[in-house]
Amino acid sequence: MSVINGEFGGPLSHIWDRERVLAPLLIAPAILYIVVLVGAPFFLAIYYSLSDATTGSPSLHFVGLRNFRAVLQDPVFRLSLKNTFIFTLVSQVLVLVLAKILALALLQDFRGKWLVRFLILLPWTAPIALGTIGWMWLLDSIFSPIDWMLRYMGLLGVPDAILGANSNLYWLGVPSLAMLSVILVHTWRLLPLATVILLAGLTAIPQEILDAAEVDGAGSWRRLFQIMIPMLLPIMTVAVLFGIVFTFTDITVVYLLTQGGPVHSTQVLASWAFFKGIEAGDLAQGAAVALFLFPAMAGVAALMLRFARRTEVT
Amino acid sequence: MARLKQIGKRSALYGVVTFFALFSAFPFFWMVIASFKRDHDLYTLKNNPFFFSEPPTLEHLHHLFFDTLFVKYLINTVVVGIAVVAITLLLAVPAAYSLARWAGRWGENLGIGIFLTYLVPPTLLFIPLSRVIGVLGLQESLWSLILIYPTFTIPFCTWLLMGFFKSIPLDIEEQALVDGYSRVGAMVRIVLPLSISGLLTVVVFSFTLSMHEFIYALAFVSSSALKTVSIGVPTELIGEFFEWGPLMAGALIPSIPAAILYTLFLDRFIAGFTMGAIK
Repeated sequence: MSVINGEFGGPLSHIWDRERVLAPLLIAPAILYIVVLVGAPFFLAIYYSLSDATTGSPSLHFVGLRNFRAVLQDPVFRLSLKNTFIFTLVSQVLVLVLAKILALALLQDFRGKWLVRFLILLPWTAPIALGTIGWMWLLDSIFSPIDWMLRYMGLLGVPDAILGANSNLYWLGVPSLAMLSVILVHTWRLLPLATVILLAGLTAIPQEILDAAEVDGAGSWRRLFQIMIPMLLPIMTVAVLFGIVFTFTDITVVYLLTQGGPVHSTQVLASWAFFKGIEAGDLAQGAAVALFLFPAMAGVAALMLRFARRTEVT
Repeated sequence: MARLKQIGKRSALYGVVTFFALFSAFPFFWMVIASFKRDHDLYTLKNNPFFFSEPPTLEHLHHLFFDTLFVKYLINTVVVGIAVVAITLLLAVPAAYSLARWAGRWGENLGIGIFLTYLVPPTLLFIPLSRVIGVLGLQESLWSLILIYPTFTIPFCTWLLMGFFKSIPLDIEEQALVDGYSRVGAMVRIVLPLSISGLLTVVVFSFTLSMHEFIYALAFVSSSALKTVSIGVPTELIGEFFEWGPLMAGALIPSIPAAILYTLFLDRFIAGFTMGAIK
């Protein structure tokens, strides 16, 4: 303490002197934690995918690309890969359109806004596993309240009804409806996140620019498409990138809603990796399946990095 | 005419927000009803599912709290949450401080690098980590979750705190150094008290994120007494008896406090998510 007031030419030079030691020292524990528990397991995943590891036996041998070959020939894997992309893309398009409408609405002031905000955020702020339980009942094969509404409106359950004479639609029992349900729940879940991100972007647009455009005679459509959307583009990119990450790698919705069924029609990479790697105990093939998540995530990370760099400059 | 247009605009606005509020809250609205609905009412197909055709009951709540492990799940969730918050603060605060005050390209890149690890999905890591947990002898223990959850809370919290620390003027700290504080002393006594709201955000975020987590808990913990709510309610309550009333109450009760906490701090999370793109 006593040397603080500087024998090295003033207190400031002393601070920078000590910082060279202190800075790495303060950051090291966090870096170490991440390297050991994220970095190392990542390489372990690659290693497993090239081995014959199982949950049962502690020993493992190098087998080359055998797992990848087996995985690629597996029709369930191909279906999972396709579904992962379909679920992600469709739900992100829906989320973006709906979030845009909702964010523009929330930009206005109205009574009870705090309650509306709380309700709209619920799918994101409440644990997703618990929110999905609500959907399990809403989509139940017998008691589905959605089916009840459709029956009430005469669209279902009577002869000549538009949706069929059966009393239920069997949301999670028919492949196309099960896929629709998974997409619906993903959209429902990510809408709040995209909305608040877009809202933050919208409030950041200076009112003067919009006013000036109005004075110059730009109608609300022109203001929307020629000023707001172009100015929002970077922030929309962020919303979409996060949405892609959360949908592409998610297992909760599929695991709880359909378990990948019926007959694998809603299987995704993450759930297939879980069923193979943990439930069937084939760590090697499970790891190989999960690794297919990586290229997409690396692409997203690269885009984010570019985005981060650009905002730093401006 | 202008007034009519105004009224039209207002009703369109109310229409839009009402629709979205109903859509978003629909499953939770349903949980509230199911939690208090008598079984007979619940399973009679002709009855309107959205209203009470028979008087409401507390039977399901009683069953949930006294006949299932629900309370144990709540306790486990809180225990894991508190431990994760502690580890996160202990590691993220110094790291963020160092990154915020460590000028230069290298520090910035390191900061972005740490943030990007937040994007490494648990679904890619749970297979090797399940083996690591096994080797460490932590399977069937809450310690497995306490050890692994900071891998996603530390990166994001470091990033969030970095922004907070950067907003505190360097002058205040330099003054403290002149007054005879050490660098660490200045951080603890000057910077941290000024960043209380940032630290609080980190506490809330780490807690709610560990409460939300699903895949690691699914892969590491299989004995029912050790589950957290996110995994205990959907796997055990269904497995045990498949009664919708208690299940819906079990899903609703933890959701509400989590949602309230998260909503209060949401704007700060978004500032972190958008990487300061909005100023």
